[in-house]
Amino acid sequence: MSETVIKCESVYKIFGENAKKMLEESNGNVDAKTFQKRGCIVGVNNASFEVAKGEMLVVMGLSGSGKSTLLRCISRLTDATGGKIFIEGQDLLELNNKELIELRRNKMGMVFQSFALLPHKTVVENIAFPLQIKGTNTEESISRAMEMVKLVGLDGRENYFPRELSGGQQQRVGIARSLAVEPDIWFLDEPFSALDPLIRKEMQDEFLRLQEKLQKTIMFITHDFDEALKLADRIAIMKDGIIEQLDTPANIVLNPATEYVRKFTEEVPREKVLIIEDVMDASSKDDLGDLKVSKDEIIENVAEKILTQEKLVGVVDSNNNIVGSIKPSKIIDTVFGGRKNGS
Amino acid sequence: MEYLKKYPKLFQWLFLLIVFFALCFAIDVPETYKFIRGQAEFVKDPNQSVYFFLGKEVRYYAFDVFWRLPPLLGWLPIWINDSLFFLMNEWMPMEFWNEDTQEFKTRPILLQISRNLTAFMTFLIELIREILLGGLETIVAFTSWDFIDAYPWLELPGLPWTIVAAGAAILSYKLSGKGLALFAGLTMIYISIFGQWKPSMQTLSFILVAAPLSFIFGLGLGIAAYKSKRVEKALYPILLVMQTMPQYAVLVPALVLFGVGDHAAVIITMVVAVPPMILLTILGLRAIPPEVIEAGRMSGCTNWQLMLKVLIPTARRDILIGVNQVIMVCFSMAVISAFIGAKGLGFNLLLALNQLNIGLALEAGLCISLIAILLDKMSLAWANKQTDYFGNLTFFQRNKNVIFFAASFVIGIILAYIGTFIFKGSFNYLFEIPHNKGISTADFWNKGVDWIFDTFFVYIKAFNTWLIQDVLQPMRALYLRMPAVATLVLAVGAGYLIGGIRSALVVAALTLFIALSPWWDRALVTLYMATFGVVISCLIGFTVGTLCFQNKKSAAFMLGVCDIFQTFPSFVYLIPVMMLFGITDTSVLIAVIVYATIPATRYTIEGLRSVPVGLHEAATMSGVNKFQRLTKIEFPLAFPHMMLGLNQTIVFALFMVIIGAFIGTEDLGQYILKALSDKNGAGIGLTLGICVAFIGLIFDNLIRTWVGKRKKHLGID
Repeated sequence: MSETVIKCESVYKIFGENAKKMLEESNGNVDAKTFQKRGCIVGVNNASFEVAKGEMLVVMGLSGSGKSTLLRCISRLTDATGGKIFIEGQDLLELNNKELIELRRNKMGMVFQSFALLPHKTVVENIAFPLQIKGTNTEESISRAMEMVKLVGLDGRENYFPRELSGGQQQRVGIARSLAVEPDIWFLDEPFSALDPLIRKEMQDEFLRLQEKLQKTIMFITHDFDEALKLADRIAIMKDGIIEQLDTPANIVLNPATEYVRKFTEEVPREKVLIIEDVMDASSKDDLGDLKVSKDEIIENVAEKILTQEKLVGVVDSNNNIVGSIKPSKIIDTVFGGRKNGS
Repeated sequence: MEYLKKYPKLFQWLFLLIVFFALCFAIDVPETYKFIRGQAEFVKDPNQSVYFFLGKEVRYYAFDVFWRLPPLLGWLPIWINDSLFFLMNEWMPMEFWNEDTQEFKTRPILLQISRNLTAFMTFLIELIREILLGGLETIVAFTSWDFIDAYPWLELPGLPWTIVAAGAAILSYKLSGKGLALFAGLTMIYISIFGQWKPSMQTLSFILVAAPLSFIFGLGLGIAAYKSKRVEKALYPILLVMQTMPQYAVLVPALVLFGVGDHAAVIITMVVAVPPMILLTILGLRAIPPEVIEAGRMSGCTNWQLMLKVLIPTARRDILIGVNQVIMVCFSMAVISAFIGAKGLGFNLLLALNQLNIGLALEAGLCISLIAILLDKMSLAWANKQTDYFGNLTFFQRNKNVIFFAASFVIGIILAYIGTFIFKGSFNYLFEIPHNKGISTADFWNKGVDWIFDTFFVYIKAFNTWLIQDVLQPMRALYLRMPAVATLVLAVGAGYLIGGIRSALVVAALTLFIALSPWWDRALVTLYMATFGVVISCLIGFTVGTLCFQNKKSAAFMLGVCDIFQTFPSFVYLIPVMMLFGITDTSVLIAVIVYATIPATRYTIEGLRSVPVGLHEAATMSGVNKFQRLTKIEFPLAFPHMMLGLNQTIVFALFMVIIGAFIGTEDLGQYILKALSDKNGAGIGLTLGICVAFIGLIFDNLIRTWVGKRKKHLGID
């Protein structure tokens, strides 16, 4: 495991007047209903997890599940009611205002659902804004911002105002702004939710391209399960403030931990999500046929080839070493099997 | 019965009206009652009743309590007066160092504060005034009179008008472009050629001090209220009252606290101009989407950076409306504060009106309005200005405005110098065109007025007589015929039906205050004039607004017209009506109607505009024609916003009615004007002002409550 960048230990966020006191009394056993009776609303309930360097953790949940609240606790836009949050080993809740500002100026970037651009600034001024706040001089910040404009493909529109741009373009500005200070940690709060489906897909692809290049540590919030599967290294599924399951996309699809998670996975086209490695048999490497497939291949792309085989198909890693095998019937099993009875 | 169930509200209202009229008929007019037997005139009369409260003697004419309530608050103005006097002259005496006499002197602290404030304001005004017009007060402020006597050449020379005109044009060009530059240049040239330079610059120096100070204070307090609920709660009631307080009324206490002169005018202008600025700042800051604030925080803003670079610019639209309001109020006050000795165009305007020299008044009024429009547009352009980071400009291009100004500065001085040779022995027209030495169109206008009078005298007089005898007098008599109890029942009942117990209580408290003050009759007269004005204004405003709305261009044009008319100082409206109708109630009412039609029109157009496009389309697809769409879709949805317009119309109308006292009316305004020249007037003026403010607030409360409910009901906001 590589170095941990974000680490949460039993983070709680409870809204309400006596939240802190009630949390202490409850001894970590927070029940949303009893809290609500006493006028408190539970936003995040006992969240513990780690995000490694360069990893993308997608937090998925429906509205009101506390996913955005969790993100705001970690960016300390709100103060968590209980628990500990570490950013690169630094205790976030212990930071004073100055240190927090320093952290945000250099380590964090955030993208918002409604873009949150400054209406009085042009594209390039918006992007340069975090730099100017830091104290970078105008010339340098503008030239750096122009690089970001090119990165997100908005060349020629740098002097437009946000109101003159489409939603997709505005979010590109939001992304560019959040990256302007070259942060290590990148927060994205439902960045593509307000966009049209086609634009959304385009932006997701663009986002993956960027991430490939930049390798940031990412927390990405979404309510769209497909988006989560497409982007995530790991997914945390939240409901009523509780993280129901935190695992790789493949594991969530194959082994949903709770009934709630299973409902999401039901409609998921597995052949598009799973890769060969997820379904191969690592123990039998003998008696293979001629066909070899890579373990990183998405099932959909090789299913046709495998299904025409009668013998076992060999699975190879990137160095062409055989690491396992797969039965053609396993493909059929994976794609069509076990859906209704929930195995 | 079926109807009763279907329209319960309607029957409640009917019931209320029946009770009201029953009370009106049941309570007879007492035989001794006569209007204008003013209880506030403090004349001793054996028929008066007397009571003592807090050691103050209050004399009044006693009537049946159902007819008129006794002025139980009659002691309030006297008490306010005494308190002010005590605070200024006796409260907390302290030792202060006196520069002039070089010794300690005992002075009440408030008096000292007032003197220091006064000195500061005077210095600011004089500084700007002397840059524009020349003088030596500023240098004296830093040195002494002896110093000036020793070096008499040290006097600030003042800028030749050519330089100021060029400066205004160049600044306008830099801020906006050719159009505004042209306007600025022409305005300045006009002012100069028509001999209004000196008073205009005096007014300008007053505005240049009052407006920025009001802006800063308003913004600061607005931010404080945004940050702290407690500050907001403390400010809110004051803001509410100030919103509907007539500007006249605040002049009187200012006289006591700060004396007479420009400095007092600046301070009192701030008192009037700051509240709307605060309200709009709060409004703007509240409307910022939370994500924008979070974006600012995540960019690593400190609190200061967040406020200055994120919050204020994002709330810019509302803050700008605030600036616009500030400028409007400042010009309005520039005229009104002539009553307490402010110099400039306002003073000339008042003087001309007093002498019934309509031509001169028109010229001064035009100058004020032009400067008001110019400053308004400049502030707008300044806020909308952007920087170009990419233009690869040469040194000349980047600094061309400075260079041009420097050039025109030199040219202006050379011209002024040449002028000394050309106009030897007379006035140097290239330096400053003295007052009344410019071209004057006053005679032309006066002749025009005479001509109108001669030609249309019969018609105007007939109209006037008809209006006064057949409409206004009966209406006034009806209002005065209302017994106090009936009015109270009507007001409280309306409050209850619209907003429940809470509104009923608020309205009851406000109405009672007026009823228990010594000026109930006067308040009724004020109300009658305001009602008349509001009804006509709304009829005109709603019709014009609706008609203009039918076409996008005409709607935009009308809004532009409203903008310009709103920029005119309220006093200016009195000029043309006095031209036509002389000194009568008709004049006041027509001024009220013109002034109050502005918000009625504006809000009608805005309300109709805010109806969502989707609904238009849905309506069209249901096959409605234009008229049906208007009555079934647009009016019901726009109505809440139009009611807010009604609210503004009432406030505007009240303002103008009170200002109309200058022409001569028999309402609260007349007493406010009287209080200005009364040495014990501060308490009376303030109490009267509060009475007027409360009339406004009663309607404000009712309308806002109704609009709030209606909007919730319609699901719009």
